[in-house]
Amino acid sequence: MSILVNKKTRLVVQGITGGEGTFHTKMMIEYGTNVVAGVTPSKGGQLYRGNEKDQLARAVPVFNTVRDAVVKEGADVSVIFVPAAFAADAIMESAEAGVKLVVTITEGIPANDMVKVYEYLKARGVRMIGPNCPGIITPGECKVGIMPGFIHKPGRVGLISRSGTLTYEAVWQLTERGIGQSTCIGIGGDPVIGTRFIDAVKLFNEDSGTDAIIMIGEIGGTAEEEAAEYIAKHVKKPVVGFIAGQTAPPGRRMGHAGAIISGGKGTAAEKMAAIREAGIHVVESPALLGETMAKALKKSGRSGKKTISVSSRKPPVKKKATKKSKPTKKKKSR
Amino acid sequence: MKIHEYQGKEILKKFNVPVPQGGVAFTVDEAVKAAERIGGKVWVVKAQIHAGGRGKGGGVKLARSIEEVRQRASEILGMRLVTHQTGPEGRIVKRLLIEQGMNIAKELYVGITLDRATSQNVVMASTEGGVEIEKVAEESPEKILKEYVHPSIGFGQFQARKLCFGLGLTGDAFKNGAKFLQALYKAYEATDASLAEINPLVITQEGQVIALDAKMNFDDNALYRHPDIVEMRDIDEEEPLEVEASKSNLNYIKLDGNVGCMVNGAGLAMGTMDIIKLAGGMPANFLDVGGGASAETVEAGFRIILKDPHVKAVLINIFGGIVRCDRVANGVVQAAKNVHVNVPIVIRLAGTNADLAAEILKKSGMTFLVADSLKDAAEKVTKAIAA
Repeated sequence: MSILVNKKTRLVVQGITGGEGTFHTKMMIEYGTNVVAGVTPSKGGQLYRGNEKDQLARAVPVFNTVRDAVVKEGADVSVIFVPAAFAADAIMESAEAGVKLVVTITEGIPANDMVKVYEYLKARGVRMIGPNCPGIITPGECKVGIMPGFIHKPGRVGLISRSGTLTYEAVWQLTERGIGQSTCIGIGGDPVIGTRFIDAVKLFNEDSGTDAIIMIGEIGGTAEEEAAEYIAKHVKKPVVGFIAGQTAPPGRRMGHAGAIISGGKGTAAEKMAAIREAGIHVVESPALLGETMAKALKKSGRSGKKTISVSSRKPPVKKKATKKSKPTKKKKSR
Repeated sequence: MKIHEYQGKEILKKFNVPVPQGGVAFTVDEAVKAAERIGGKVWVVKAQIHAGGRGKGGGVKLARSIEEVRQRASEILGMRLVTHQTGPEGRIVKRLLIEQGMNIAKELYVGITLDRATSQNVVMASTEGGVEIEKVAEESPEKILKEYVHPSIGFGQFQARKLCFGLGLTGDAFKNGAKFLQALYKAYEATDASLAEINPLVITQEGQVIALDAKMNFDDNALYRHPDIVEMRDIDEEEPLEVEASKSNLNYIKLDGNVGCMVNGAGLAMGTMDIIKLAGGMPANFLDVGGGASAETVEAGFRIILKDPHVKAVLINIFGGIVRCDRVANGVVQAAKNVHVNVPIVIRLAGTNADLAAEILKKSGMTFLVADSLKDAAEKVTKAIAA
């Protein structure tokens, strides 16, 4: 089990004929993702096989609009590789076309554009991951984004993070210890994002295929605190957390637009205190994420490996019910 | 991106936000001329640096005659202004703003920014003007009034009125206040600002509502839409090493520590800085070399890090996902040879082809301290700075 994407996902790539779009479509197909369509306005009607640098393992039909990709190929998830200046428009096109999940990889979208996009998606009950993020992967099933596929391993730990390479680091520490992942989500480091920690935590909490959660935060904002509050009240699964930026000076933007301590708020110390209070296993060093998760799993009697059955925790009947009611829950959690 | 107060006021003026009459001056003579042009009997001489707390630091002075304007301007121009935002080294004042003096009846606060919790812009107002708003927010949050702006409707007149009633404005001041807020919001939105802060916003004895100060920051992601704002960038206000780094497309921030670091990705860079601290050192910088980490970017990174004399060791932490570690290793060896690095280098490369990379580093004939995990890297950093 997993959240949001799986074997059945039918993916449309917006900006498929661009350099980034082509390369990552190739990588996603090789990983096994079901890429059913691409969209590049005014390049529709062709079967795209890649460019000189990157050849796709199989041809992908290209359409002029996302609507066509949804109608003709049944696309239900889109991934955006469109340049920043046009990305907001592309996201809204997807939402309007009936796609239920939009994964926006594009970096550098103006905040004012995203404020409008956020409202537009909310009104339509469409979930977005990102922008400015590595994407989402359900190991062994479906990769929607730019993360290196091979570092992942199918399993039962859910991972949520604001950063890209730091997520890879955490995944790698798990995989090296034989601990697999149910789904890994990079939610992005921008001030306005579609899926926040709390939303992802809720999904993982409801997912019977996830035994434990890793949450990797950063300085700036209060999203980690918000999630911590929820975890304290509702989450019984073990959660391991880390906040990057203990040494970051106030008032300086640390790479990500959202990673800034302003007005003395959003410091790592504050966030760590909040998540520790919520009963989360807080690590001071990102080097200890894997090791701490291994301990937490052991303590809770789970190994994080696929072989462990969860039937003792939840009756199978209930599992099915959770699965069916998922789409409506998604809307509520937005 | 940050701009100076006088530049902020020029922008606000275009959007019909009332600001005092004023003029920028780069020399004492220009300051005097500006004062003469403005006329009146009282002027304010204000240091223009990209930091708050200028008044307390002695960078804002009143002058009651043209002679006094000359005197104050010559005192402030060229001074090393230290405020709570500049750090102990302060900033050299190179520009002045000369403004007309005001008959202030009341000092208020107005600020507009993006609220991340709601993903909406928020207009904030408070009767506690002229002081640090962070303190007000902490000690008496109820004194900050907030109106959230609906993305597709915009900032409503009723919201502006609500804030002005809340501020206790009446008569002309109320009318002018509501107009002021609407004009300010327009300026904020049209320029893709990330912050428009007026502190203090003054009500004059004549009932005028005027922006006595103006702090505007802009969304870097939206600057491509605003070439006129990009032109306002003042490189003198930025750290020289950071300016140099940005020319090589490196995201570098100078810090005060002793261990330089070079990492791919902002989150991992922050995480690596944290590891340096836990290992007993302090990070000398934040440096995100981007996804690629090519020989050129690594070389540029070395050059910038090593210009900081406090650096006792360098930690390179690259997670090779799409980029292959062997390629990064070759780049590091090449760069280290070109730059003549004379401090210990701890390298940790993980991900694709990490084994090949370790081999390349070992055979390079250089004394890299190769770490095989993040934990190991931390221990090697501790050793390197102790040596």
